[in-house]
Amino acid sequence: MQIAHFTERPVRYLAEEPVLANRAFFGVSNKFFDREKSAHDYNFYLDEACFVEEVGFDGIALNEHHGNPFCSGSVVNIEAAILARITSKAKIIIIGNMLPGVKHPLRTAEELATIDTISRGRLVAGWVRGAGSEQFFNNANPAYNREMFNEAHSFIMDCWTKDGPWRYEGKHFHYRHVNPWVKPYQEMPQQWIPGVLSAETVMWCAEKQYPYLGLGTALGPTCDLWDMYADKSAELGYQAGPENFGYLLPIFCADTDEKAQELGKGFIFGGGQNAFSRPEHTLPPGYNSKSAIRMLGQQPGGSWLGVSKEKLMAGADDSWDASAYDALKAKLIAGYDKAQDDMQIVVGSPETCAQKIKDILSVIRPGVFTCFAVQGNVSDKDRLRSVELLGKEVLPEVRKFADENELFGPFDRTPGSVKLAPGTKRAPVVDREALAKLNLT
Amino acid sequence: MVTWKEETVNVAGTDLALIRGGTGKPLLVLHDELGYTGWMKWNEALAQDRELIIPLQPGFGKTPKLDWSWRHRDIANFYQNVIREMDLGKVDVLGFSAGGYIAAEMAASNPEQLSSLTLVGPMGIKPDEGEIFDIFACTIKTCLRQTVFNKEAKEYSEIYGGDMSAEQFELFEDARAESARLGWEPYMFNPSLPELLRSAKNAKLPTLLIRGSEDAVVPQDCIRKYHDALPQADIITIKGTGHRPEIEDSAEFVAAVKHFLA
Repeated sequence: MQIAHFTERPVRYLAEEPVLANRAFFGVSNKFFDREKSAHDYNFYLDEACFVEEVGFDGIALNEHHGNPFCSGSVVNIEAAILARITSKAKIIIIGNMLPGVKHPLRTAEELATIDTISRGRLVAGWVRGAGSEQFFNNANPAYNREMFNEAHSFIMDCWTKDGPWRYEGKHFHYRHVNPWVKPYQEMPQQWIPGVLSAETVMWCAEKQYPYLGLGTALGPTCDLWDMYADKSAELGYQAGPENFGYLLPIFCADTDEKAQELGKGFIFGGGQNAFSRPEHTLPPGYNSKSAIRMLGQQPGGSWLGVSKEKLMAGADDSWDASAYDALKAKLIAGYDKAQDDMQIVVGSPETCAQKIKDILSVIRPGVFTCFAVQGNVSDKDRLRSVELLGKEVLPEVRKFADENELFGPFDRTPGSVKLAPGTKRAPVVDREALAKLNLT
Repeated sequence: MVTWKEETVNVAGTDLALIRGGTGKPLLVLHDELGYTGWMKWNEALAQDRELIIPLQPGFGKTPKLDWSWRHRDIANFYQNVIREMDLGKVDVLGFSAGGYIAAEMAASNPEQLSSLTLVGPMGIKPDEGEIFDIFACTIKTCLRQTVFNKEAKEYSEIYGGDMSAEQFELFEDARAESARLGWEPYMFNPSLPELLRSAKNAKLPTLLIRGSEDAVVPQDCIRKYHDALPQADIITIKGTGHRPEIEDSAEFVAAVKHFLA
């Protein structure tokens, strides 16, 4: 198993009210940007990543978002490039480069190859379509999102494998002279693809033999999706295994359960992940496939990324009643408890965390496990203590469990390397009995 | 009552779904960026002495998307071939909002093909003052509310009242997706259009510009800039209406259009 640490690098000096008043992180005005405090945070998060490596994590995972204080990382490749130089062992895992939003795959190919070269082969690349709100921020046409993603990915693969100079005239991208001097240090970096329950992305990963990383998705639907991956893999002649799957989970560890519970409330700061963006920014027109929209339309009670048809239909109400703050906080805290009951957030002492993580691993059997550090205004000291406890006390337990249960990571066993003869029944990739024992659906 | 029907015609390289109703000289009607809303009072009134031909824009759910198309100008070119291949002769065109944008592109490309041009709250030209409302950055309901000033208009609630069916939801999303594909950037305008309209100006193409006085989608300045490009145009402002004067005050709207087309 490969175990990584991830943080959104939250803006920690921001009060909660502006986020609640905006009803989302996306769109909170950058008038709240604080130069000095941001300089501290950007440097701290790099130092924290070094500490992550020091206490024994295998990888440092990074992402980027735009136009909001949920994630201060806006140019992930710059941070990754710094880490390439100031760390020495850990994989630098980018989850991921937002190909349709960046709109310049040649530049992306060069940046990533530079990171891989400086780090002497520690890059794990990852590709994302970008959240709905990113399409607005980057003015990326959502109706071409999937097309641009596929074309940019294919182009980058060519950049990394073909000798130049060559010419490229595609649909969305055009380059008359392709000859990036820098190529990856590795013959081909691994590519891990994060997702939140998009069936199309899962099928694409299975076709490419890329590990799929579920981003804190509910365990039941995660099992369904991984079965879908494994079925497709079997069709394509290989047995999917733990090396094909990763999982990212919000985890916060403290010396005592009580302290962890208090600080772990940072996960619901401002409404947490569910308040990342408003419904109208989450599903821009054309961003989702026709089948996904049909599914949404036919399930009025259902939802897609937390956005129901009902919410999409609702009119925007820009009013904000400060007196409603206490009621909202109470609702958020109730949500915090439920998220823990549903094992969507793990918070506690090292013993508590280790047991819950093992329970989750027993169900979905991933080969990559990523600890998503707490959001909100948690101090440097408390964040580092969580990293330390996880690294020194929880990780050894989790590794032991992974070894006993043959949870091979993609660096232990190459994804796609276990061949399956045509007509052979594939082995299970998840344990639904273990899921039933957790009383989760 | 005028009878109208929906039919599919294989024309200009695709199976074009369209609504036909009424008798008389053809009036090509181009619906807006949210799609065709059904046969309303204004359709009925205009169909008394005209044959209304209302193509359901490709990619809006009924007519297949034209994968080769990139911009509203391409859809204009497509409709020009529809006119030719259906032998409609020289036609009057009435376009609403983004449909007006397409109609203006048709006029710019080949004004001789048209008898007249009526643009209702047309997108297509960047205003110097104000912005064309971003329909992609709001929920469907907010978008619909933005389009109408007179929310008491009977037909507004007839079209949009009640629960939205799964089919309606899907059609709306199809329309929004295709409008985004064509008009995301630059947002619902063609920077070249004012200059391209020189051909329609030189041809003295009879033009009518209609705007609701309270239009919250297309700023007044868009009309001014259309008028700069097409100085021969008449301008009618319908008081107390927003972006949908045809349903908010259909009597005024119909009178203006009939007078112009007479």
